[in-house]
Amino acid sequence: MLSQQIQASKHPPELVVDVMMAVQEHYGYLSDEALEEAAAMVGMAPTKLDELATFYTFLYREPVGRYVIHLCDSVICWMDGYEPLRDHLCKKLGIQMGETTPDGLFTLLPVCCIGYCDRSPAMLINKKAYGPLTSEKIDEILETLRSEAAETTPS
Amino acid sequence: MEKLTFEGLQQRQKALSEKAASAHVSQLLICGGTGCHATGSIKVIDAIREEIRKQGLTDKYEVVETGCNGFCAMGPILVVHPEGVFYQKLKADDVPTLVQEHLIDGKHVEKLLYKDPNTKKRIPLQDDIPFFSHQMPRVLRNKGLIDPESIDDYIRRDGYQGTAKALLEMAPEEIIAEVKTSGLRGRGGAGFPTGLKWEFASKSPSEVKFVLCNADEGDPGAFMDRSILEADPHAVIEGMIIAAKAINAHQGYVYARTEYPLAIKRLQKAIDDARAMGLMGENILGSGFDFELEIYQGAGAFVCGEETALMRSIEGKRGMPRPRPPFPAHKGLWEKPTILNNVESFANVAQIILNGGEWYASVGTEKSKGTKVFAISGDVNNIGLVEVPMGASLRGIVYDVGGGIPKKKKFKAVQLGGPSGGCIPEQYLDTPVDYDEIVKVGAIMGSGGVIVMDEDTCMVDMARFFMDFIQDESCGKCTPCREGTRRFLQLLEKICDGKGELADIDALEEMAVVIKETALCGLGQTAANPVLSTLRYFRDEYEAHVLEKRCPAKRCVNLLKFEVDPDKCTACGMCFKACPADAVIWKKKEKAVIDKEKCVKCLTCFAKCKFDAIN
Repeated sequence: MLSQQIQASKHPPELVVDVMMAVQEHYGYLSDEALEEAAAMVGMAPTKLDELATFYTFLYREPVGRYVIHLCDSVICWMDGYEPLRDHLCKKLGIQMGETTPDGLFTLLPVCCIGYCDRSPAMLINKKAYGPLTSEKIDEILETLRSEAAETTPS
Repeated sequence: MEKLTFEGLQQRQKALSEKAASAHVSQLLICGGTGCHATGSIKVIDAIREEIRKQGLTDKYEVVETGCNGFCAMGPILVVHPEGVFYQKLKADDVPTLVQEHLIDGKHVEKLLYKDPNTKKRIPLQDDIPFFSHQMPRVLRNKGLIDPESIDDYIRRDGYQGTAKALLEMAPEEIIAEVKTSGLRGRGGAGFPTGLKWEFASKSPSEVKFVLCNADEGDPGAFMDRSILEADPHAVIEGMIIAAKAINAHQGYVYARTEYPLAIKRLQKAIDDARAMGLMGENILGSGFDFELEIYQGAGAFVCGEETALMRSIEGKRGMPRPRPPFPAHKGLWEKPTILNNVESFANVAQIILNGGEWYASVGTEKSKGTKVFAISGDVNNIGLVEVPMGASLRGIVYDVGGGIPKKKKFKAVQLGGPSGGCIPEQYLDTPVDYDEIVKVGAIMGSGGVIVMDEDTCMVDMARFFMDFIQDESCGKCTPCREGTRRFLQLLEKICDGKGELADIDALEEMAVVIKETALCGLGQTAANPVLSTLRYFRDEYEAHVLEKRCPAKRCVNLLKFEVDPDKCTACGMCFKACPADAVIWKKKEKAVIDKEKCVKCLTCFAKCKFDAIN
């Protein structure tokens, strides 16, 4: 599908972010090999793709967990209690911002305003919006995702 | 699907209107914006569908999942149409009662109606609720009334009539003239006259031109464009088709941020449906005019909302701004003449073409015409999406529409224009919503984020916060923005930490001028605004931090003692119950004491204490 689009496109570089997103979706993150694969598809140099992958928040150059939590740290969420929630998430997951849990389930990252100020404090998990958050709701969400993961992982 | 001609569109609209008028079916309009989804509206929708089926009411009631209703604070929301009864904060458990009492017994369900916080009275009808009654929906005319995924719902409400008129009856110059007459100015925030922008691009000679829509809404506190796309995506598409005809472009892109998956999904469906019906693609409505539209998904970078950065981003480069001129109207995307307007600007266009520029300009002020959509959030009761005529006062937005400040706190300031804007204090609350008037008081109209701040907000801390944001999001290309904002942040942190000197305030003011004059793009040029406007109105707070080493709002942790004032403490125990670190020592009828060893300085006790007893 994407390769058809690339062939049809007058300007294949327009599709580079889509391609990187698709490759990332497949491998989980953009390893050097994945980046080279994506670069070959759009006919660009891998270093050019690296420039992009390190520029955009939702492209990951390092391995991430199955659930990537982007906790909004912008003004409304900050006014509504971002800091204690961040501390709660870190404590609950046993990691710092920017890290992944040892079981590979969760990665915790900050994100600038995600536009869900009507439900602040808010976060995105794999791009799904959650809010308004409290520590209890965070516990519930993490629990639900953990059991979802347990059900769908072949033992 | 059959491609529509002009006559086909008229027939379809007529048939849909007649069907709606004769159907004797009430609609249950349930908000399906992302916010309401996050608070459980999908479960409510499923429960209502199930309950209606169980009760055998499917031929009397139709459940419609709409886009954002606007009164986000009260979601999930259901409006019974056409009578307009408004139910709020619904849970799936409420559904059986609602169906039995309202739909079967014909009574209002009192406990689910809106309660006016001032009069304590329940208000059954949406139109009577102050939040709605002070608004003038034009851009948001379909919000909460149609299923955004149904092109027929849109066509029934005059959808694509503006496009038909522009493509079949108007020359490009006439379209531009109409938009100029309307006085529409760029709703992204800069306020450049839209018609003029189109005129420049139309006069640029080129075989290939582009129409771009900026849906990379990134200003903190802004969610207007997301809500418009989620509620009425076809309105944006129509605006873009009409703009394309005006400048003779045949290709468009909507640059939408990846953070908005629901908006993207609905917009994509709208584009596909329009194409299937002959409202997009080749020979639209048999007019001979061709236009193709694609969505470009951004991958998360605030700076990509800047027009030149956005274009570079589409070209597959890092989204970094470049100097202007050349302006995009001459050399934009792929070096071709390009216009870029934001979502709200485009969403106005079909109405302007259909009803005329003079109709549009009949509301507003001398230089700011029409209406403006705002997203109100922060320390305000009615968080949500609102649309008011230009010229309405900020006080009206905060108090009449916004319902004032919660918890009986005092108003302190409102931030307009996000990090590029400024704060407006109490004494200027009667300033009208007008591009030029707002600039006079030190802020900008901006894209529409209205951040309300109460007395507990430290304005120095707020300036520090915005600078932290700008520092983070600065793309780093130009030195004034990259290094200047870093230096700004260091100075503000120093002041918040209680280590500031008066010379630091002077340095902030001096640097602000340099950054404004030398930064490459709008984001850098306006980076100092939060500092300048807080200094302008709240200099006393800066001086208290610097001279007295005191934070009047009690927000800057390094200036706080974390001690309970025994004279003010009423021994209520609220701080004890709230402390997450078990650092408050308290027994019934005894005054609280904070154990500083255990205290993590999270400020939870400050927020909970009603007696201002913690220092």
